[in-house]
Amino acid sequence: MFESILIANRGAVAARIVRACKVLGVRSICVYSEADADLPFLKEADEAHEIGPGPAPQSYLDQEKVLALAAKVGARAIHPGYGFLSENADFAEKVIERGIAFVGPSPRFIRAMGHKTRARDLAAERGLPVAPGTQLVSDNIDDLLAAARTIGYPLMVKPAGGGGGIGMLPVHDESQLAAAVERSRSMAQRGFANAEIYLEKLMRTPRHIEFQVVGDRAGNVRHVFERDCSAQRRNQKIIEEAVAPGVPRDVIEALGEKIARVLTDIGYDNIGTVEMLMDADGTFSFLEMNTRLQVEHGVTEEVTGIDLVASQIRLAAGEPIDAVLPVPPKVSGHAVQARVYAEDPKRFLPSPGVLSTFRVPEGIRVETGYGEGCRISTFYDPLVAKVIAHGATRAAATERLSAALDAFVIEGVKTNIPALQTILRSQAFRDGQVHTGLVGEVMAA
Amino acid sequence: MSRQEIKSEITGTVWKILTTPQQDVAEGDTLMILESMKMEIPVIVEDGGVVVEITVAEGDAIQEGQVVAIVET
Repeated sequence: MFESILIANRGAVAARIVRACKVLGVRSICVYSEADADLPFLKEADEAHEIGPGPAPQSYLDQEKVLALAAKVGARAIHPGYGFLSENADFAEKVIERGIAFVGPSPRFIRAMGHKTRARDLAAERGLPVAPGTQLVSDNIDDLLAAARTIGYPLMVKPAGGGGGIGMLPVHDESQLAAAVERSRSMAQRGFANAEIYLEKLMRTPRHIEFQVVGDRAGNVRHVFERDCSAQRRNQKIIEEAVAPGVPRDVIEALGEKIARVLTDIGYDNIGTVEMLMDADGTFSFLEMNTRLQVEHGVTEEVTGIDLVASQIRLAAGEPIDAVLPVPPKVSGHAVQARVYAEDPKRFLPSPGVLSTFRVPEGIRVETGYGEGCRISTFYDPLVAKVIAHGATRAAATERLSAALDAFVIEGVKTNIPALQTILRSQAFRDGQVHTGLVGEVMAA
Repeated sequence: MSRQEIKSEITGTVWKILTTPQQDVAEGDTLMILESMKMEIPVIVEDGGVVVEITVAEGDAIQEGQVVAIVET
């Protein structure tokens, strides 16, 4: 096991990794920006070092600052969390070149999966179902229209260089295509420093179902079931659950096994998530693969009893999969997570500010990087806390989650809690009739 | 003719200004794009007219409710 791990991240995920380090007896080394100096979990870490001003490019995204600090404090490994540098293959390479372990897959997998059309090609070559889509498209309007005709409308314009819903724009007919490509390209350049764009068939009301995979350094990969993350606003998840309601277990098991086989074939060597869309007729298609820990990993942990973060670290340190995972992994009950965001509950506009009151519910798992008096700044994403409820049934877990959200006392920023409650209490959600259009429908009703 | 103060709906920064004073704008046009918490928030013209003044500069920190432009409609 590593003697120490530098956590190149902030907020709830950094706090989560500090906890995993404690479980494993590893020295945890946090970094923080000037804006984050008062985050309470920094005191829980064995060390905490300031690395720069609030804006992420000058602190959490500054690779040289992170690497220089890691060398200075003698960190044996770097955990990138999610977001920031977690899917940056160049960064992972630099970490390894400097003799430090990277808690994640080998850089070649980050690079392959980070490019969305290459990842689609790889999935298709290996026999995974893939939604109709194009290769990279140019700005030439004739070429664009021709490419679009091969898949038909409606379609989605998508950046090839990154995910997270950034720069994804729906197009319903030819007249909207050129403008959407231009706008998506600009957002992609800004978000990922890569302006490459492709087109993909837009499903009307698909479900987002993703498979958690776990691999060891020798490339043995298993899946630990799926999560349903269909409740989204602006293509970003707000409610996630394990397992997916209403999907036959034999279908899930067969697909999970197939995914694990494909990843074993290519030698994938740490944790990751294969995101799929499920159409109304039950057809699955590959969306993308995230080569990192996921924001919603907690629901999988709750139903399987597996500590995914500690497992990820142990696997990165070279332990074999059989030593890390129970054989065979099992699902117990149901878990639902809600993301509490600092944003207004009607239009989901950002609401930064100081948490003048911040009391979290007791007796339930709450993941947060904040405490009372902390500022939710404009520099970072609006996540205030994740709340994860486990229950014997989906209804019981949902009920617990709803009660916990009611018990939050947050003043100083607006939050999306009223919207989360509306969704959790809607008939469609209770019936398990989830799909990516659900939030819009429920909020409009 | 009436002067309309365009106010920011959010606290954040001005990312990109897409219009200039004296420019004609129509309903639905984007005056500028603001940024906060990793989100881009466009400032949209509600009634067409002429941009009289842009009261912020790119990179400025702005508060919710702050006037960012004046449009004569």
